[in-house]
Amino acid sequence: MADTTTNSGGLAVWKARGQNFLRRTRMTRRRLALFLAVVGPGLITSNVDNDAGGITTYTTAGAQFGYTLLWSLIPMTIALYVSEEMCARMGVVTGKGLSDLIREEFGFRSTFFVMIAALAVDLGNTVAEFAGVAASMQIFGVSKFISVPLAAIAVWFLVVKGSYRQVEKIFLVACGFYLTYVVSAILAKPDWLLAAKETVLPSLHFNTEYLLMLTALVGTTIAPWQFFYLQAGFVEKRVGSKQLKHARLDVLVGSISCMAIVFFIIVCCAATLHKNGMTNITDAAQAAAALTPLAGKWASYLFAFGLLNASLFAASILPLSTAHVICEGLGFEAGLDRKVKEAPAFYSLYTGLIVVGGGIILLPKAPLFKILVLSQVANGVWLPVVLIFILLLINRRELMGDHTNSWGFNLVAWGASIIMIILTVILVYAAITEPASTGLVGTFLHSP
Amino acid sequence: MLHATEVIGAQTFDSLGNYVGRIKEIFVEPADQPNRVARMLIARGQYRPLVARYDQIASVAPGRIALTTDEAALELYHPNEAWLAVGKDLLDQQIIDTNGRKVVRVNDIDLSDHRTNGNTELRITQVDVGLPGAVRRLLQGVVPPMAIRRLQSKLPARKILWEFVNLIEPDPLRRVKLRLSSQKLAALHPADVAEIMEELSPDERQGLIGSLDEETAAEVIAELDKRLQTQVVEKLEPEQAAHILEEMDPDAAADLIASLDSETSKGVLDEMEHKEAHDVEQLLKFGPDTAGGMMTTDIVVVSEDATRGEVVDYIRFHELSPDQIDSVVLINKDAAIAGTVPVARLLLSESDSRMSELVFEPLLSVRTGAHDKEVFELFDKYNLRSLTVVSDEKHPIGTITVDDVVSRMHARI
Repeated sequence: MADTTTNSGGLAVWKARGQNFLRRTRMTRRRLALFLAVVGPGLITSNVDNDAGGITTYTTAGAQFGYTLLWSLIPMTIALYVSEEMCARMGVVTGKGLSDLIREEFGFRSTFFVMIAALAVDLGNTVAEFAGVAASMQIFGVSKFISVPLAAIAVWFLVVKGSYRQVEKIFLVACGFYLTYVVSAILAKPDWLLAAKETVLPSLHFNTEYLLMLTALVGTTIAPWQFFYLQAGFVEKRVGSKQLKHARLDVLVGSISCMAIVFFIIVCCAATLHKNGMTNITDAAQAAAALTPLAGKWASYLFAFGLLNASLFAASILPLSTAHVICEGLGFEAGLDRKVKEAPAFYSLYTGLIVVGGGIILLPKAPLFKILVLSQVANGVWLPVVLIFILLLINRRELMGDHTNSWGFNLVAWGASIIMIILTVILVYAAITEPASTGLVGTFLHSP
Repeated sequence: MLHATEVIGAQTFDSLGNYVGRIKEIFVEPADQPNRVARMLIARGQYRPLVARYDQIASVAPGRIALTTDEAALELYHPNEAWLAVGKDLLDQQIIDTNGRKVVRVNDIDLSDHRTNGNTELRITQVDVGLPGAVRRLLQGVVPPMAIRRLQSKLPARKILWEFVNLIEPDPLRRVKLRLSSQKLAALHPADVAEIMEELSPDERQGLIGSLDEETAAEVIAELDKRLQTQVVEKLEPEQAAHILEEMDPDAAADLIASLDSETSKGVLDEMEHKEAHDVEQLLKFGPDTAGGMMTTDIVVVSEDATRGEVVDYIRFHELSPDQIDSVVLINKDAAIAGTVPVARLLLSESDSRMSELVFEPLLSVRTGAHDKEVFELFDKYNLRSLTVVSDEKHPIGTITVDDVVSRMHARI
């Protein structure tokens, strides 16, 4: 039986003070908790963007062009924020996922084709993630025949057996591991002043290779599937329109932190590989290996670990998000809170993506290169479609009420989208005609 | 049998065989007849669209409709909120399957045709939420209709009878105009309705809560997860929220009010009846993780000298609700707790036995300030179903029931 009341005068005063203090800390904690309750989707999505393909591109960009591409990070941050913010806003205001909205507003057939595209593109991307796992574990001397199956099993169990909250916590920790790139960059002892100058002052070079690399940077940073994942994240967390502010902040922090990591990767490679004339690095794993003599064993290990983390991270999210999006759009039951029997389509899609994605890497004579080129092309074709859907939906008043885009925001959003569309079209064209020159797809040529 | 997607888009011909236009939408007037296709909207390119009433339709075949009148007899189209548009309000939208107790998305609508004197009436029979409807939507207009029919007959069907369909209409005014009722939904277990609500968007949730009576709404809200509870109640008018909260157990109401922002909670408390508001305010004084914060103040207190017969009469006379009488609390002459009697024991005893003889041993109670962990331990150790909470002066003021313990422990997992 509880009994803790011993009341004397002096004690009562202290008790009152203590309670007052507790109340105040509780209020601060509550405010923080309000933000933390919303945080997650934006931060996770933006960081997953820096997946195996992304890191490879940033590595080659740094090795080939040194600091000279750094200026593009600021406009890219803006484009990333603007496009992601629209999805966050849609999720928060309507409480529905992007595929749900496309289905309700544009009908079954449009949805079906969007979903088929999603499946094809995401499968290609999943293959790329497992290629990243294989390449990074190779640095640590682990064969891909061990690392890839293990990774596939780990990813499957993590997501299927873990609760949403647990999984999200693991993902947030994975976001933290991106900091290894910061350490790698510091170990590489770069010219920080020059890096800062190149970030702020654009130095455009008009040669084909430079422009192609620029395009590849945009293409890998803004991937179409991330919009679906981001919006679903806010819906699943039941973020209400009152918390729109917090959601925006989450997206902003995510976009900036994502680009900060890109900055450190490029700087690290610029200070080591580019400086020492190793400009023809085409692969993140190669870069990690080349770092050993230049910046020490630890920089190399950290770099490889970063790649592994990013690949695993994206390999857990991509198949899950894809299965979700497709099932919701087509009206199949979806979600990890359902049992396998209740949502067979969802679980078979999810499992299938992991098995096929990981399996392709293990095939002895897999046309890896072709698959990756195709997936990049599909990514490029799909991005404009998704962006246009987003822009059409966000401007529907009956859907968004007072939260449609303002005139100015529309200008920026359409402008950014059109530039992204043009750049990806160039990239697609280049990938078809001259695959090796895009860097981004050439990379996996060497993957073991 | 026909499908809505075969009728929408169909070419329409008048009684003289002249082409009129294409069907753009079909409407049901639920206020008039819940399942009859009452009107069809015929688009005519640059001309204003026309409307054909159900008695102006001679025959319906997939892709082709014949009218009983000539074009001139058709009315011009004026939008009407009381018409349920099958294409816009139903196809691709979510509905609640009250039989299967879940939210599903509509792929197509099955229609049956009834020939009456000279005209054909279409009636909605089922909603298609499975693969056949999806395949038809995808292939319509690309593959010949007969081939589609052959293909879909091989696919597993998933259909919901129209009687079991509960439409989700967030706009309360339109709900009234469409005469949508939530009777079937209200008949489900509140926990099932709550689970359905969790799948909907905030506006739809609000619409659904608004369509339930206050008592059902209270039961459903009590079953929602904490975050949604707050969101739903914050969006209600304070008066409506107050009425719903009055229907809830005081402990659940107090927990909910504690999670609202201070402005809303004040507004709601002001609107509540004096007695209920007072109960809730009493409970709000206790910390959320203490016995006081877990308890409900709805308890039955009798003198230890009373007989079993007197107590049963008392309970009957006051029409106490069954969920609040897990046990009866006894007090002595000083109004301090003298024990508790489980209702099961009351049931098995003679009418003239004294309450003090039926007391559950050992005599258990907790102070309002006791930590919830201590409460969990007591429940576990003595296999309790309820536990009396007492004030510092040992007066019984509330009870904690096992369901509160379970839900709190579940929240910790």
